[in-house]
Amino acid sequence: MEDNVVLTMRGITMTFPGVKALDKVDFTLRKGEIHALMGENGAGKSTLIKCLTGVNDFEAGEIHVAGIEGPIRNRNTLDAQKKGISTVYQEINLCPNLSVAENLFIGREPRTKLGTINRREMVVRARKLMEDLKLPVDVTTNLEEYSLALQQMIAIARAVDMDCKVLILDEPTSSLDDSEVEKLFTLMRELRAKGVGIVFVTHFLEQVYAVCDRITVLRNGTLVGEYPIAELPRVKLIAAMMGKDFDDLAAIKPEGGVHIGTEDLIDAKGLSHAGKIKPFDLELKRGEVIGLTGLLGSGRSELARAIYGADKAQTGTLKVKGQEVRIKHPIDAMNLGMGMLPDDRKAEGIIGDLSVRENIILAMQAKRGILKLIPMKEQEEIADKFIKLLQIKTASRETPIKQLSGGNQQKVIIGRWLATDPDFLILDEPTRGIDIGTKTEIQKLVIQLAQQGKGLIFISSEIEEMLRTCNRMAVLRDGEKVGELSGDITQEQVMKTIAGGDKK
Amino acid sequence: MSFLKKLTQKQLFLPIFSMILVMLINMIYDISKGYAFYNFFTISINNGILYGRLIDILNRGSEAAILAIGMTLVVSASAGTDISVGSVMALSGGVCCVLLAGPGNVNVSEFAMPMWIGILAGILVAGLCGAFNGFLVAGLKIQPMVATLILFSAGRAIGLLLCNSMIIYVNNDAFKVFGGYCWIFPTPVLIAAACILITALVLKFTALGTYVQAVGINKDAARISGYKSSAIIFLCFVICGLFAGIAGIVATSRIYSADTNNIGVNLEMDAILAVALGGNSLGGGKFRLSGSIIGAYTIQAITTTLYALGVSSSQAPVFKAIIVILIVAVQSPAVKAYFARRSAAKQAALSAGKGVQA
Ligand SMILES: Nc1ncnc2c1ncn2[C@@H]1O[C@H](COP(=O)(O)OP(=O)(O)OP(=O)(O)O)[C@@H](O)[C@H]1O
Ligand SMILES: [Mg+2]
Repeated sequence: MEDNVVLTMRGITMTFPGVKALDKVDFTLRKGEIHALMGENGAGKSTLIKCLTGVNDFEAGEIHVAGIEGPIRNRNTLDAQKKGISTVYQEINLCPNLSVAENLFIGREPRTKLGTINRREMVVRARKLMEDLKLPVDVTTNLEEYSLALQQMIAIARAVDMDCKVLILDEPTSSLDDSEVEKLFTLMRELRAKGVGIVFVTHFLEQVYAVCDRITVLRNGTLVGEYPIAELPRVKLIAAMMGKDFDDLAAIKPEGGVHIGTEDLIDAKGLSHAGKIKPFDLELKRGEVIGLTGLLGSGRSELARAIYGADKAQTGTLKVKGQEVRIKHPIDAMNLGMGMLPDDRKAEGIIGDLSVRENIILAMQAKRGILKLIPMKEQEEIADKFIKLLQIKTASRETPIKQLSGGNQQKVIIGRWLATDPDFLILDEPTRGIDIGTKTEIQKLVIQLAQQGKGLIFISSEIEEMLRTCNRMAVLRDGEKVGELSGDITQEQVMKTIAGGDKK
Repeated sequence: MSFLKKLTQKQLFLPIFSMILVMLINMIYDISKGYAFYNFFTISINNGILYGRLIDILNRGSEAAILAIGMTLVVSASAGTDISVGSVMALSGGVCCVLLAGPGNVNVSEFAMPMWIGILAGILVAGLCGAFNGFLVAGLKIQPMVATLILFSAGRAIGLLLCNSMIIYVNNDAFKVFGGYCWIFPTPVLIAAACILITALVLKFTALGTYVQAVGINKDAARISGYKSSAIIFLCFVICGLFAGIAGIVATSRIYSADTNNIGVNLEMDAILAVALGGNSLGGGKFRLSGSIIGAYTIQAITTTLYALGVSSSQAPVFKAIIVILIVAVQSPAVKAYFARRSAAKQAALSAGKGVQA
């Protein structure tokens, strides 16, 4: 092994029933480099990582780690950790019902002289860790109390706190805002300076060019190549991943704009949910796409959830198509023609053990009721339709959804809501974990829905994405709606309003 | 090898495997005793009714099979178990007999009211018990085991109270039918078959299966997608209660008396075991009714076999426990992982060997 190499993987091959996830893939990680692992949804990025950390048993190939004789095969994540490989998985796998401090130190709890867990020291060290990262977290609170983004930061904090020579980050930024991403990048650069090799998986191309030194591209389970960052500009990277040229930045808004109706589809007055979102007003007409933006914890998801009844509104009135309504439960909202794609895919999206088909028809079946089973033939047609439309990569429509790659799971959940044909659809981070090609397709789909006279709420931590799709934006700060922007919105304008100052 | 691996991953592998195991033991026993090896499967008609060890198993296993249906739904939706079913069986039998015998009577041969009223009342009371359990679990969010512990102890006690702590006999042929014979068939087998068939049809032609599983696998996701988890969990407990009622009537009719102290004792354990033996996770979620049913009859087969082998009824539970431990261990994640690892290592060795040859 060369001197400056910390990890080599050679000829890694891995087959799942019906899918060859990896076919003779090579990967090399050097000391003190940040190495992007890129590829479309289902290309095999997470699988490669899991082969390294022992979650998956690969069939052929060899893994070598600097300082260890001979090929290694880890038995599990803990085993990998002992060899200096620290991992943040794509789906956060911490324990929601343990405290933040406990989560930070699982498997490596500080001990007292008697060998019992030293809780006091654990809490002190956890506090220090959180302070270093400037995270607004009480370490004695259960993890589940915090937003997905904070959970993601906590998972990262846990991984970087361990002494490691290889750090793996599988889509760590998928629910982070720019400021958190910046924090993470600072951390990564510090570790790089210390000689840690970092593997970074993401679908955000700008982030790759911001921190990475080298890129390895996978396509359909095979290696396309390894490139120094300077030799693979954006256009070439996309071509390498997709196997064809593609312009992801082309304008998608139709010429002359979308026709906006006159009648209010949604008219919320003074809705609120204690501790989450202060009373707000919001109107939405047919054909409108309204974006909700604001910093982490600003209440942008909470606002949408209060309308949909995911967190039941405690004050205020809501009119849907001019009729005043009371929503006690999401099914009431659905029967009024609403739909909501939640941001936390694992906790509130997928029904892991059910098949892709069952997951797609799930919301539709709920709308029809328990007695009116959707006939199997219709179910299959609907499932096939959305698998094709959203290019879902799955062995078959009967595959359990938990066996799909993260991005493909997300597509299934999008399909679930499109299948209900809602008049009003809330999309909370719909493109989370979705590759660059499909992302554009989904943005186009949003505009198409608006053209069909539907109303949408679009939430994303990526402002560019919202600028591309929304015709109006509501800005939130500290659980309060502080303003609206419309017309030709620019990024600076949004940033300024988010940061504060001009309340409109 | 990969064929074997695939086979062991099938959900129905475990119950069918256990069933075959039990049959094999029976065959070996028969051969050692000098009977024909197919003795276990022989069915004959004596005195106008069906006879045979298989028939006996099907007959005796009816109550557990009926209970297993409801238990499967409860486990799937709530990730917990209903331990009150045995006790509720006794209560339902008690209610039925008290009504049929009339107040104060302990031994009657004439009904005090139409038989169907007594039976219906017994089943309905059991349904109410289910509703009570469901309310505690779905409404008050009490853990299923704890919630059903209340009726586990109180159900039987209420039954005793109703019967004035006596065994009430209903010595009427019409009532004996449910635990006896209907033409050449044991009626309990027919009742169990009907219960299973109806449930299977409901699962096939309504969305109940999707509702229950979605709620059982991911309550929060199901809620956002428009499923009312509390209502579903409540419904499952009611169904479980109703089936316990039916099983209670069968058990009561077998001895044509409300022996509240002995009806359904320990049967909740058989029902829970049946679900687990059926390859269903007691952690809730995806379920397979057929697995639970086979599981229920397997447990009965084990019991019957043990008696046939001459094991006394006081020792039988010990052997039963050992067999169950073996069967469940085969399917446990740890053992599975061990075999998966071994086969992976073999595969690796094999492909390495190939590499050398090439
Ligand atoms: N547990 C599993 N069982 C069966 N197939 C699996 C399993 N995990 C992954 N796969 C399959 O392996 C392939 C690669 O998946 P992987 O998760 O590595 O993709 P990915 O590159 O990480 O994609 P994404 O960007 O969507 O996260 C996919 O086709 C997926 O369906
Ligand atoms: Mg992935």
